[in-house]
Amino acid sequence: MSDYILNKDYFIAVIEDLIIMSEEKKEYFIQLDSAIGDGDHGMNLSIGFREVNKNLEAWKSEDINTIFKNVGTALLDKVGGAAGPLYGGFFMKFGLPVKGKDEVTFDEFIEMMESGVAIIEKRGKAVVGDATMVCTLRPAVDALKKAYHDDGLSPKEAMKMAMEVGAQGSDSTVPLIAKKGRAMRLGERAIGHRDPGSASSAAMLEVFYKHMP
Amino acid sequence: MKRFINDPYDVVEEMLEGYVLAHKDYVELIKEGEAQGRVVVSKSAKKKDKVGVVIGGGSGHEPLFLGYVGKGFVDAAVIGNINTSPSPDPCYAAVKAVDTGKGCIYLYGNYAGDVMNFDMGAEKADEEDGIRVETVLTTDDVISSENIEDRRGIAGMFFMFKTTSAKADMGADLDEVVALAQKCNTNMRTMGVAMSSPTLPSKGGPIFEMEEGDMEIGMGLHGEPGVRRGKIEPADKVVDQIMDPILADLPYVAGDEVYVMVNSLGATPLQDLHICFRRVAQILEEKGIKIYKSIVGTMASSMDMAGMSITLLKLDDELKELMDYPCDAPYFTQV
Repeated sequence: MSDYILNKDYFIAVIEDLIIMSEEKKEYFIQLDSAIGDGDHGMNLSIGFREVNKNLEAWKSEDINTIFKNVGTALLDKVGGAAGPLYGGFFMKFGLPVKGKDEVTFDEFIEMMESGVAIIEKRGKAVVGDATMVCTLRPAVDALKKAYHDDGLSPKEAMKMAMEVGAQGSDSTVPLIAKKGRAMRLGERAIGHRDPGSASSAAMLEVFYKHMP
Repeated sequence: MKRFINDPYDVVEEMLEGYVLAHKDYVELIKEGEAQGRVVVSKSAKKKDKVGVVIGGGSGHEPLFLGYVGKGFVDAAVIGNINTSPSPDPCYAAVKAVDTGKGCIYLYGNYAGDVMNFDMGAEKADEEDGIRVETVLTTDDVISSENIEDRRGIAGMFFMFKTTSAKADMGADLDEVVALAQKCNTNMRTMGVAMSSPTLPSKGGPIFEMEEGDMEIGMGLHGEPGVRRGKIEPADKVVDQIMDPILADLPYVAGDEVYVMVNSLGATPLQDLHICFRRVAQILEEKGIKIYKSIVGTMASSMDMAGMSITLLKLDDELKELMDYPCDAPYFTQV
């Protein structure tokens, strides 16, 4: 498996698909956020990825880290709210482990995921069980590591596992009382609603899986 | 949808463009650099050495935030997307625009997104320019949590902005300004009631569904669910249900003196607000609480949401003096 490589084309395909996904799922995220928050999540992701879309062509000649840093900065600047610092932080840190590179091994890809998710946990001060995007991302990254390193799954199978575990993580927010973010103050009234951040995170994992060779 | 907008993606930029044109004697929009066109700064900013007062939050709550930028009032407001905190760089740019070397204070409502972005703005001001920025969160919504520090900030933000800005304008140093803001927050309680959802431009419809004829006691400024939904009742009964938790929470007691605000969430007419105020005044009279002065109007809205909130600020001599301190901004003037 050591000759498994993810090149820049893969990452660009992922970003292009994240742009499409944020438009296609906009209404869905708005609906989820309307139930427990203020309805802004879908609109704001779409505002952020529209900005990415405007500039992506110009970024394509850069290395992987710089491209993702630009994506992260665009989200941080244009989105605001909690999603800006969280997803902006994810992408700004995502490429850091592979600075200067145009292709990465799967081990490095796992490091990138860990680096991105760690900043979301740190900035959001959230853990699994708080009904946030961490409920999706932490179990997914842990599953990715285990599937690839311990269980000997292929990279694509391991990412599929991560995506499925992430989706279950998002499902797990439905019966939870939110402990962070705006829904926190709903107490028991948040029960029965999927956390919108956990849903958009699960959708992003799906995009990372879909384009994997 | 019953809103006058163009492209939903242009709502904030077009509103700001119109706002600075309409109120050009008071404010300007910083377009370039880190401000990203999202910083409304007072034409009186930096005119004298004082602590800079920077406020902000999502848009959709007008006149909240930008309407209170003016002379003797707030120095700059940072404007986010609808119902969404502004991003870190404009928060930082606002500090740069108003700091005179005495440091700045950030005042905004207690929401997770706002805290993250404003904190990053404050860090940048410290790291890159050595400007000290302190933050005091508004946590006036009584029903939003048992723990005061977890409560969200709603219409009471107006009192925070007014008193803190006056304190800064009088020449107090940053520590004194922070202490005053904390006192104001401590003395203030708000609770709201809503009868409809605001219209979210991106959705072209309501954020959430509400049956015609229903009201929700305790609903937040962004439509966050409150404590109880039921049929709309006569004004006096509604006011009673809001005043009880407010009075019990601080608590406000006989002999106290208060500044009262009855605030429309956007669609509730002044007629109704004054009917509600009448009942507030009766209740306070019965309890032996004296009304010093009052504000009845749209001070912190949620776009076209129907509903209102009541805020009580318990006063001492200092808070009275600061509320009476002259200021001149497009949406509030004190002579």
